[in-house]
Order: sequence, then structure tokens, then C-alpha cells
Amino acid sequence: MTTTRAARKTSFTSKASNYLDERTSISGAVSFLGRKIFPDHWSFMLGEVALYSFIAILISGVFLTFFFDPSMTHVTYEGSYVPLKGIGMSVAYHTALDISFEIRGGLLMRQVHHWAALLFVASIGLHMLRVFFTGAFRKPREINWVIGFLLFVLAMAEGFTGYSLPDDVLSGNGLAIINGMVKGIPIVGTWISYFLFGGLFPGTEIIPRLYSLHIMLLPAILIVVLGIHLVLIVVNKHTQFAGPGKTNKNVVGSPIMPTFAAKAGGFFFLVFGTIMLIASIFTINPIWNYGPYDPSPVSAGTQPDWYIGFADGALRLVPPGWETEWFGLTFTWAIIIPIIVMVGFLMLVAFYPFIEQWITGDKREHHLSDRPRNNPTRTAIGAAGVVFYAVMWAAASSDLMATHFHVNVFHVIYVLQAALIFGPIITYFITKRVALALQKKDREIVLHGYESGRIVRRPGGEYIEVHEPLDEYERYRLVTFETYEPTKERPNAQGRISAGVKIRGALSRWFFEDRITPVTQSELEASKHDH
Amino acid sequence: MAKRKTSGRRHPLASAALLILGLVVVGGIYTAVDQAADAQSPSHSEAALTAADGEALYMANCATCHGVDAVGTEYGPTLVGVGPASVNFQVMTGRMPMAFQGPQADQREVMFTQEQSDAIGEYLQTFGPGPERPDQEWLDTSATGVDVANGAELFRINCAMCHNVAGSGGALTEGKFAPNLHNIDADHIYEAMLTGPQNMPVFNDNNISPEEKRDVIAYLHYLDENPSAGGFSLGSLGPVSEGLFVWIFGLGSIVALTVWLTSRPN
Repeated sequence: MTTTRAARKTSFTSKASNYLDERTSISGAVSFLGRKIFPDHWSFMLGEVALYSFIAILISGVFLTFFFDPSMTHVTYEGSYVPLKGIGMSVAYHTALDISFEIRGGLLMRQVHHWAALLFVASIGLHMLRVFFTGAFRKPREINWVIGFLLFVLAMAEGFTGYSLPDDVLSGNGLAIINGMVKGIPIVGTWISYFLFGGLFPGTEIIPRLYSLHIMLLPAILIVVLGIHLVLIVVNKHTQFAGPGKTNKNVVGSPIMPTFAAKAGGFFFLVFGTIMLIASIFTINPIWNYGPYDPSPVSAGTQPDWYIGFADGALRLVPPGWETEWFGLTFTWAIIIPIIVMVGFLMLVAFYPFIEQWITGDKREHHLSDRPRNNPTRTAIGAAGVVFYAVMWAAASSDLMATHFHVNVFHVIYVLQAALIFGPIITYFITKRVALALQKKDREIVLHGYESGRIVRRPGGEYIEVHEPLDEYERYRLVTFETYEPTKERPNAQGRISAGVKIRGALSRWFFEDRITPVTQSELEASKHDH
Repeated sequence: MAKRKTSGRRHPLASAALLILGLVVVGGIYTAVDQAADAQSPSHSEAALTAADGEALYMANCATCHGVDAVGTEYGPTLVGVGPASVNFQVMTGRMPMAFQGPQADQREVMFTQEQSDAIGEYLQTFGPGPERPDQEWLDTSATGVDVANGAELFRINCAMCHNVAGSGGALTEGKFAPNLHNIDADHIYEAMLTGPQNMPVFNDNNISPEEKRDVIAYLHYLDENPSAGGFSLGSLGPVSEGLFVWIFGLGSIVALTVWLTSRPN
């Protein structure tokens, strides 16, 4: 006993940590952070995937900056890719090609960077869906939802600026579309375009400018916002699904030290390994195929990366001829309306927690995740939003759907136009009904047990199926959810019911009119006497 | 448990095995018969055929739509002045005789031998001359002076908007499409540029010279012979296939990993 004690006192670790603690008082923070609890559910790890792919992006991105030069100086290609030998191009494209063909490990790093970027935004998207459908954005986490939304937008901005850097035909086409969209904004559009491109499109200014944004400004903002996001996760604590011993007042799971840290460390390497594996087997953005940017060629199948696809799709879905001329100014509705729709959709996503809070009037803190079925209207709204986004997204690949399924590209667009309007509505009703039906099923199981498949013949000749009662753990999971009632439209001090209150009442009825309440104790007792 | 009793019970996979066996046998017989039937039909390529043979072939296979005088009907365009280059492309890539009327003639199996096709081309020259099939000189991409990079640039400027920069094909209006250009014979590429089949514009020799056409062919063959430097190309279709891949296989495998990590042994 005494020997181990003595050993501990003099061990290097303990001396080093003591040294640090005496100078920084860090032990408080470490023991506080070390006790942060992570609940064990696979869907709670999606945000981590985003974090780890971001680290992969940072590492590979730093490697790429060593060799990439965003200069627009004109040079002749002298590298090893035969179909470009002797072709004039910018230094930016030349160095991007050199990374791919001349620099050891360069192509792998470029592919890691790009695949990790796609995975980064995809995992953010899935993470947002998880948070939305479990209601984890409710108080006190509304601010963190907005911050997470900002991260999503920043990730898209990072992706787009990076997509444009190699200065090949594909990235230049992407910029041409952005230029067109900017110029489509009435009155100020042309001016903004000249400001952005430093003169007439494409010019020689845009690539160096995007490079500064891509490697300096945007990552800096992203890291700061990411830091706030993580701090708020610690401050707000994790949500968890209800279960025996898992209440609104505690968090059940593994603490960071030592369990979760080990697990997360391992998970980081799994994510990193998956990215490396994909990057070493599958080509991404073969810039050598596209050739140096030149405003005249456009390739068939020119699409943005998937996360900008919804914007491309929104433009493709506009019917022809949406343009008017007023007072000598052209208003290109074919561009203005998609921009309004996209911005409006993103704003709805960003402010949804506040909208829902206003409708429900619920200012309480929530630390239990909803099962999606237990809030049918929210789930239905979310599903409708997913379909709306997915239709725009699909529209970006209308030409590929046409060639690969051998259909008329116009028909693809007509179908998607209809789906953009009717798809979300149909999805809303179907999802809501499905959620309510699942709730009814849960209720049925709690009250009458689950079907055992055992048929028994009674002495009187009657056949019945034996229902086995649930164990109490499972029952707890099925009955522990909150239910809301529509808010009452109460008159204010002047005795009037204001329009705002009326709207809110109507919205609240729409939210909670047809609800299934959880099984109460007395109902449960009553059901037991039935058998 | 000394000996297994040979009861009447079959192995659970017995019916599946029987089904597979049956399918293999039927498929095998079908393939054998089909090949035998194929081998019998067009094997009489003894001597070169003449325009007279071409006329017989034309009347039997083409005249229904293109008319007996090759001036066209409501079902097909005139063939006066299209020349052997066009005939060779359409017939020897399996686009003609047309499989069915549609927005665009799709490719099917080739119905004629090279001699028969040439005979039809020769016959059509009697109505009015058109471009001849290219000299071997313009198809030899190993000749000195062939510039793959020039071909790539010409391809990007003239062809990529429909055929995609990597020649993976693309959509056109009303169900028409630009086919993919992988593994196509040099003479067919040349003839397509020369005659502008279906929706394709004509790139005549003043527009793209024979030397430049040869460069384009060299570039397309370079793409065929050199697989993508970065690994599997996912069809060279651009960001759409990459996005699909990352959602289905990238994020799919990551989600599988998260489920695995949080599962508890029961």
C-alpha cells in the first residue's frame, strides 16, 4: 500500500499534472469536463462524424495549401498528363494538376479533402434531422440549433468556395451560374457581380479572393462557431430518450473520462479510416478531365456538389418565360423566385424552434428526446420539408435521370415540378397519419399487451389469442411522453382577443387537435380488470 | 447421433438449388441454340458485293421508311447525298435498320456485314454522291503528329456540351440523348463528326480538319485506354454520382459503425 502510494506521488504523470495545475488551475475544468455524460444511442454520434470529418478536412487541407497556388498567371502545362500537354492554363489549375499527378500522395490528399467535405455536410444534414425529429432543439437548446444551422451554412460556403478553386471548366461553370444568379438580382445585381469578380466575369480576381475566403476567413469563423457549439453542448448537456431512470432531470450514459474519450478516440479513427478508404479507391472530381476554364465550353452533366444541388435544382424547376420588364428594368423572376424560395426555406429551418415555441407556448426546459411519433405534427412538417428539399435536390440531376432511365428530360422536370408542390402536402398527411397510428399501436400494446401468437381454446369453445403484458421497463418507455393541448385564446387586459392570439390559437389547434395522450395509471388499472 | 437417418426430408436449400439448376440448363440450351442460329445467317461473305446487291438489300431493309427512290417518306428522311460514310455509321453501329420509331434511333445488334453495308452505301451513291468513308490515314492515331491534347481541347469546345467532358453522354431535349463515347471504333467516330447523325451537328473538314478529327479520336481512345488516375471513376458523371455515393456508401457505412459502437451485447 505504502509503496504504490509512494510510486504514485513520484510518477511523472502526477508531477506533470501537478505542475500544470499549480500554474493554470486546470484541474477544475478537467474534472468538470471529464464528468460530462454522453448517452448511448447511435443517432447521438452523427454530430461527432461531422466533427471528425472536419478534422480530416483540416489535415488534408493544410497539406494542399503547401502546394496549391491560386495565381491566375497564364502558363503552359508541362506536367505528365498527356491530354493537357502544351495547353495554356492558369497557375491555379496547373498546381491543382501537379498535386494530382506530380506530388507524392497529393492526389490521395485531394481526394481525402473532397470526400471528407462531402461527408462533412452530409453528416451535418443527418445530425440536423436527428435533432429536429427528436425535438432536441427545444429550450434550452434553441440557440445551439441556430448555431448549428450557421455551421451548416458555413460548411456549404466552404464547399462552394473550394469547388471553385481548381479553375477547371466544372468549377468555372459553377461560378458562371453564381454570376448569373447575382446578376439576376434587380438593380444592384450587376454592380454586386462587378464588385465580386473585380470587373467583368470571369476576370482574374475571383480565384485568389475565393482562396482567401476558403482557407482563412471561413475556416476561422467555422472553428469559432464550432467551439461555441461544443461549449453549449457541455452547458446544455445532452438530451436522452426516456427510459427507466432516464428523466428530464438527469443524463444517463458514459462520462468523457475514461469511457467516452476512449470510445470517441476509436470512433475518430473509424471515420478517418472510412474516408481514407473511400478516397484511395474512388475518384472524386477528376479535374484533369475538365480542362482549364474557358467561358465557352460547358460539359453535359455539369452539377454542383450535392449540398448546392438544391439551389441548382430550384433554378431548373422554374418554367420558361418568367421575366418582366418594368420601367426599363428587367426582373428575372426565373432567378429571383428560386432565391426567395431557397432563402425562405433556410430561414424556416433556422427559426423553427422559435416558431414551434410560440405556437405551443411551452417555455419549460426539455431534456428528453421525443420519439418522432409522439409529436406527429412536427414529424409531419419535418418530413414535408425533407421532401421539398429532396425534390429540388433531385431536380439538379434531371438530365442524368433522363439518360439513365431512358425518359424525356422534360417529363422529368414536369413530374418534379408537380412533386415540389404536391409532394410535401401528401407527405405531411401520410406522415401525420402514420405517426398517429404508431401512437395508437403503442397505446394498444401498453393497455392490452403484445400479441403472443398463442391461440387458446376456452372451455366454452371460444378461441382467443393470449396477449402478454409488457415488462415495466418497456412500458415506461411507451408511456413517458409529454402531450400538449391547444392553447386557449384568452382575451387580453382590454377584454379583446387580438389577431396574434387568434392566429396562435389556430396554429396550436392545427398542431395538437388530433393527439393521442399517453396511457394513464387509471387507464392501465382499468385495462387489467378487463381480462 | 451415430448415423444420420435418411428420412424423406429435403435440405432446406434443395428447392432453391433445383431452381438454379433448372435456370442454368434452360439458359445454357437457349444460348447454344441462339448462337447456332446466329452462326448460320450472315456467313456468305465470299466476294465483294456490288451496288446491285446493295439495291437488293436497300429494297428489302430500308425502302419502307426511306422510300424506293431514297427521297424519304413520312417515316424517314431522304438518303440522297448522305454518302457511304453515313451508311457505314448508321448501319455498322446498329442504329439502322431502326429498332423502333422513337425520339432517337437507339443502338441494337448490327444486322449486316461490312460488305453488305458498303454495298448499300455504294448503291446510294447512284442517287447523288455524299461523303466517302475516311481514309485509313485519318484513323491511325499512332501516326506522327497526332496531338492528344489538341484533340482534348477540340473535344471540350465542340463535343463536351452534349457528350460530357469524359465522353459519358448526356441528355438532350424531348427524350433524345447524346450517347456515351466509350470504346468506339475510330471510323465510326470520324463518320459521326463528318455526317452529323441524328441530332448531332455536322463537323465538316473546314470546321474540324481531318487531322483534328484524328486528334479527337486519339483523345477518346486515350480515355478508353487509361483508367482514371484516382481509382474507380463512378461513371465519370461528375458530382451527382459522387453525392449519391457519399450518402449511400459513405454515410451508410458510418451509420453502420455508429450502430455497431453503441450496441450492447445481450
